[in-house]
Amino acid sequence: MERLILRHAGKPEDTMLINFGPQHPSTHGVLNFLVETDGEVMKRAIPEIGYLHRAIEKIGEMVGYGQFMPYTDRIDYVAAMFANEGYALAVEKLLNVQAPPRAQWLRAVSGELCRIASHLVAVGAMASDIGASTPLVHALRERETLNDLIEMLCGARLTYNYHRIGGVAYDMPTGWSERVIRFLDHFDTMVQEFDRLISFNSIYVKRLANVAVIPREIAIDYGLVGPNLRGSGMDWDVRRDVPYGAYPNFKFEVPVGRGFRGISGDAYDRYYVRVIEMLESSKIVRQALQTMPDGEIMAKVPRRIKPEAGEALSRVESARGEMAYYVISDGTDKAYRVRSRTGSFTAMSVIEDVSPGLMVADLIALIASLDVVAPEIDR
Amino acid sequence: MKVNEIHERLQAELGDAVGPLSEPKIDPFAVVRADRIVDAARFLKTTTGIELDHCNVISGVDWPKRNVIEVVYHLSSYRHRHGIVLKVEADRAKPVVPSVESIWKTANWMERECYDLLGVVFTGHPDLRRILLPDDWEGFPLRKDYQEQGGYHGISNERENPLVELRRLDEKRLAENPRPPPAQAAPPAAPAPAAPAKA
Repeated sequence: MERLILRHAGKPEDTMLINFGPQHPSTHGVLNFLVETDGEVMKRAIPEIGYLHRAIEKIGEMVGYGQFMPYTDRIDYVAAMFANEGYALAVEKLLNVQAPPRAQWLRAVSGELCRIASHLVAVGAMASDIGASTPLVHALRERETLNDLIEMLCGARLTYNYHRIGGVAYDMPTGWSERVIRFLDHFDTMVQEFDRLISFNSIYVKRLANVAVIPREIAIDYGLVGPNLRGSGMDWDVRRDVPYGAYPNFKFEVPVGRGFRGISGDAYDRYYVRVIEMLESSKIVRQALQTMPDGEIMAKVPRRIKPEAGEALSRVESARGEMAYYVISDGTDKAYRVRSRTGSFTAMSVIEDVSPGLMVADLIALIASLDVVAPEIDR
Repeated sequence: MKVNEIHERLQAELGDAVGPLSEPKIDPFAVVRADRIVDAARFLKTTTGIELDHCNVISGVDWPKRNVIEVVYHLSSYRHRHGIVLKVEADRAKPVVPSVESIWKTANWMERECYDLLGVVFTGHPDLRRILLPDDWEGFPLRKDYQEQGGYHGISNERENPLVELRRLDEKRLAENPRPPPAQAAPPAAPAPAAPAKA
């Protein structure tokens, strides 16, 4: 930051430096951008992160394997299921155990419900950032039902702590799957309503199409993942291409941004990929509930988890893209090192590259379309 | 391509700068000499048939017993769906590793994070400065021997365990009126709250 200010100090006064954030409604948490602009067009925007750094990786070295699970919720509180799942899979890989089929199916169901909830926040907040405040209310209304359903499953609405190493904490309550199906029936029509309300609204389309384009090569180079990568036209989904858990048993499409309204990789593609993904998640939940196997929900795991010395990497498709946990064990009951790779961190790094030449107002469209969640950036 | 085939091609290219593949316990890895990591990265990214275009994660691991800091590169390919794990070992007293930012742009921030939390200096990095912690933070928190500072600009980062405070209150109360006889163990009922005024 200092260097930019110094570099700026020597220049003629044709540009100015603006602090965008840390407290700004469209930063989705606490982020700071140092924007160099002539008033309308940005020369560059430099993200300054770290406001929500809670040293979760260090905590992972200080608590036992099982005890770390609630902390993973706090990495990404909008889609906590995946943070749980990634960590559970990494430790299961170290222990060489596999969750029983019913637990894997429950993981898929809870995960996809969580993905819908997270994408609802993403698309709703995006519309709100752009200036349309109604869709956010519609989206949050649906998310409320989802939170209720997940609360029935695991007792929590936001930080679930649902996964356990070797399975999941609770089985479905009676009548739960019928309620989920009833919600999905309603939800599928709601997405059409949402499309009519905002997705195909010509003002909204004009605001986002051809704005903040991230070409595919840049997206891959900067390690963008998930919907941001698919929005840039890369056909890749960890659920399909590096299958884990119950996902090989389900049929679903992977939406890819090929320029729905503008060119591939623009903000509208990243937005609309998420809308389609919600419908695909709904399909997965239906299939999973139909084919739900009977049996245990926990594998046989010792009470005190002590994996052999070794290291493992797990990859899961979170709502914000590929989430990876790199866990090293030294044979004791605490992890030697826990590293979590999150989609928001790499998504933030691309902003410095994409921002030159954008309008200041389009920076908001860019951040919103990348769907970054500040605690996931900083961990 | 299997991971050992990638490793063979890499070893054929760089010779003894690439260590043997670790026994495939879970995820096998190969140790690369620090001064050849950029060559290795470029070879793996650009060679047809390998094309590891996705630098998944770069992590730093502190090993005080071996006196090294490892930098771990998890690499994979979107097209071929294979990958490999590379490690570079740096001296703990003066960890210096060449930057692979020129190969994968995502390394920019990941190496900054590694520098921030473990103090590994990446030579050739265009913008090496702290990323998560404040610029004037002292020490590297993910090192195993890291000692917390007493505070930061007058903000204390230490807090007493709330249980200690509760116990102290208990002891204070006990000291003031010693343990009551068992018959009076139950605390006297609190006086009934005044009836709310009728609206």
